[in-house]
Amino acid sequence: MHELSMKHPQTRPLLIGLVSVASLIFFFTPSVLAQSGSDAPIIVQPGAPGHPTRKLSADTRAVLPAKSAKDVEFMKGMIMHHAQAVEMTALIEERTKSKDIRLLSARISQSQSDEMTFMTRWLTARGETSAMNPSAADSSHSHGSHHSAVAEMRMPGMLSSKQMTDLKAARDAEFDTLFLSGMIQHHRGALAMVKDLFDTAGAGQDAEIFSFATDVDTGQIAEIKIMQTILNERP
Amino acid sequence: MKQIKLVALALSFVAILIANTSAQDPFGLEKPQPLPTGMTGSNPGDPRANLSPGLYDAGETSMGIKHLMLLRKPEAFELGSDPNSPQVAKAMTAMGIPNDPRIPAEVKLGAGAMALANSDLAFSGNHLFMGNFYGINIYDISDPAKAKLVTSMICPGGQGDVTVYKNLMFMSVEMPNGRIDCGTQAFPVPALEEMQSRKGPPAAEKDRFRGIRVFDISDIKNPKQVAAVQTCRGSHTHTLVLDPKDNANVYLYNSGASFVRPDAELAGCSNAPADKDPRTSLFSIDIIKVPLAAPQDAKIVASPRLFADGGKINALTDAGSHTKEGRVEASNHCHDITVYPELGLAAGACSGNGILLDIKDPANPKRIDSVNDPNFAYWHSASFSNDGKKVIFTDEWGGGGGPRCRDTDPNKWGANAVFNLEGNKLKFGNYYKLPAAQSAAENCVAHNGSLIPVPGRDLKVQAWYQGGISIMDFTDPANPIEVGYFDRGPIDAKKLVMGGSWSAYWYNGRIYSSEIARGLDIFELTPTKWMTQNEIDAAKTVEKTLLNVQTQEMTRWPRKLVVAKAYIDQLERSQALSVGQAADLRKAISKAEASKDAKGLAKHADSVDKSSARAKNSVDSARMKALADVLKQPVM
Repeated sequence: MHELSMKHPQTRPLLIGLVSVASLIFFFTPSVLAQSGSDAPIIVQPGAPGHPTRKLSADTRAVLPAKSAKDVEFMKGMIMHHAQAVEMTALIEERTKSKDIRLLSARISQSQSDEMTFMTRWLTARGETSAMNPSAADSSHSHGSHHSAVAEMRMPGMLSSKQMTDLKAARDAEFDTLFLSGMIQHHRGALAMVKDLFDTAGAGQDAEIFSFATDVDTGQIAEIKIMQTILNERP
Repeated sequence: MKQIKLVALALSFVAILIANTSAQDPFGLEKPQPLPTGMTGSNPGDPRANLSPGLYDAGETSMGIKHLMLLRKPEAFELGSDPNSPQVAKAMTAMGIPNDPRIPAEVKLGAGAMALANSDLAFSGNHLFMGNFYGINIYDISDPAKAKLVTSMICPGGQGDVTVYKNLMFMSVEMPNGRIDCGTQAFPVPALEEMQSRKGPPAAEKDRFRGIRVFDISDIKNPKQVAAVQTCRGSHTHTLVLDPKDNANVYLYNSGASFVRPDAELAGCSNAPADKDPRTSLFSIDIIKVPLAAPQDAKIVASPRLFADGGKINALTDAGSHTKEGRVEASNHCHDITVYPELGLAAGACSGNGILLDIKDPANPKRIDSVNDPNFAYWHSASFSNDGKKVIFTDEWGGGGGPRCRDTDPNKWGANAVFNLEGNKLKFGNYYKLPAAQSAAENCVAHNGSLIPVPGRDLKVQAWYQGGISIMDFTDPANPIEVGYFDRGPIDAKKLVMGGSWSAYWYNGRIYSSEIARGLDIFELTPTKWMTQNEIDAAKTVEKTLLNVQTQEMTRWPRKLVVAKAYIDQLERSQALSVGQAADLRKAISKAEASKDAKGLAKHADSVDKSSARAKNSVDSARMKALADVLKQPVM
């Protein structure tokens, strides 16, 4: 380079310019290559079997499914549903001495109140409140008064007020039976709600809802079996 | 009267709701329940209990494990890092997340956290395959200190459990957003009115894919989907099964753990209870046969009734104890199955039970034992010890999203259970749970791990979500102990943000961990009083070209002197050798190494071999025999 400029002194300013450009290219080329050359990670999206894989641009960002009104309704309903289980387990302390039931109840109380926290968080993050839209709940207990909207808030499997009153009044063996059969009925309602969710177009595509609903399903099936075992083994 | 009671009842729900939610920060932490009577929790005094929070700057602590690097999750698997950018705002709007300043930015971003979570790992040669709910990322780990991303493959549809074999890569798809064409758009969501009219469009979609995808990865930068095998319950996890007698085919055991799709979407699927429909899609696994020369022909060849007894499909119970098998009803799926083809055995973690299978004919597995556990909520995964004489089952109490390692959580719940395997019968040994208490901001429960091939010991490195990574020594199944760990503080101190280690596996001298929110972590072992450098170096003598952790292969150590040194360290630690005896053996080995002549070791081999008969226990006896074996004829 030096030799060249010596031979053509008149072109020196231009050459300096060229040298600068060349050195810029020299210095920047490796990083440019790192972005787009063979060493850079590539982003691809396969097609269906038999179809080619597409290459996507480096600035591709994730796209997630749209919010489903059914998902929102499911979460609101399940909070309502879970609240009753927590209320039922709160009765345990003064009403039974059964170690099996106390242990099981502790687990149900823990998981259902944890899940209520999770559901509330899910709803709030999506700009929803945790209050139930009454028209979506079971309306079989409507009595037409101004209280009916509140009274209507019954999700599948939830115990009636008479069942709750009887449960609160019972002690020991009678309580155990009512508690177990009531909680089995309650849990079966949750399974029906999960089935309804996945039977609805466009619902359950959100990863959190999907995992949560699946966990509710497997967890409550397992608890139902445990409760049936305890119930069957009772004298 | 009824009316008043109903109102009272409803109001009491509202009161509970207010108490539980409205009055608190909706993003606040779960309130712990008191420990049940007779139970103990994890240790709140452990250094891991109070680490400072942060996504990339959380406090860290470790014992016997050195963190080498974190490769952050690629941006193609993020909504974006700045919640206020127009790009992120657009994605949020599409997801129905309002532009409401009262919702913290990290909560908005967190709404997509699970849909973009990293999951399980597989290894082939110099490549690491990391599953994600949004696809698979492939890394080059030929130099683990300079590990780098090679390919990001976008293909959403559930947790993306991944295995590899030769030029094929297999991927589990479970969620209803999965599309046959790997599209990210999922399926249309009807309007609220349409949905509430109960006359909305059918849920069935012909382009939906739930099952196992097969990719040809001959070109690692251009994976091609060659087959997509639809299954009734999708695929939560799957296990690659090799048939020692058949090199032309591999099998996949598919565990579908979710809801059964309608017959209208996939003919033959049935959600009916076992007693109503003998063809029910519940109570089975799918076995897929993949011809290696024609993977496009992969198909289901069997759906065995693993839970049946006689004619009863649903014969296993979800409840029971170690002493009695209360056969009431039903485990209806497996979550994960680990196969050990060389032994012809598999261990299945099957929702309500742990089961043992004879898989000598891989297309026709037979259940040979099953167990219950009164403390298990959900049988999640299984693994064998290298000699096949122990099985570890894990309990994913809370599903992985809950904080289950607080000092108020029983340490028999959400733990590992170590079983002895004697004459194909599983016998309970003991529980092992992460000993360190974790905060309510950290999702934590037993999760995926692999064996660390230190000869003479049974070691498992294991992921505990935000509880970090823990190494369990289960050489003595009655007394499993922790011998190493790594942990970070919570992602956020005040909110539970899903994260932590999904899988932590040993592969050719390093530990690789799939961090759900953060990326790929790489670690190495460092010596402690629990583990010597010789033991670490002996583990590093084991070199693999393929690792799918649920497909176990027996490790056989080379007869290298470092392996002998590892045994000597262990025998000295257990006091089976005196300090003097150990020193003599080490001296003889040093001499042999310096002179490159092993002749002088023969007499030591004889002496160690003879002492093995007098060892106090079978573990030390086996170590002595193995030590004598190396000393007799070492590979120099």
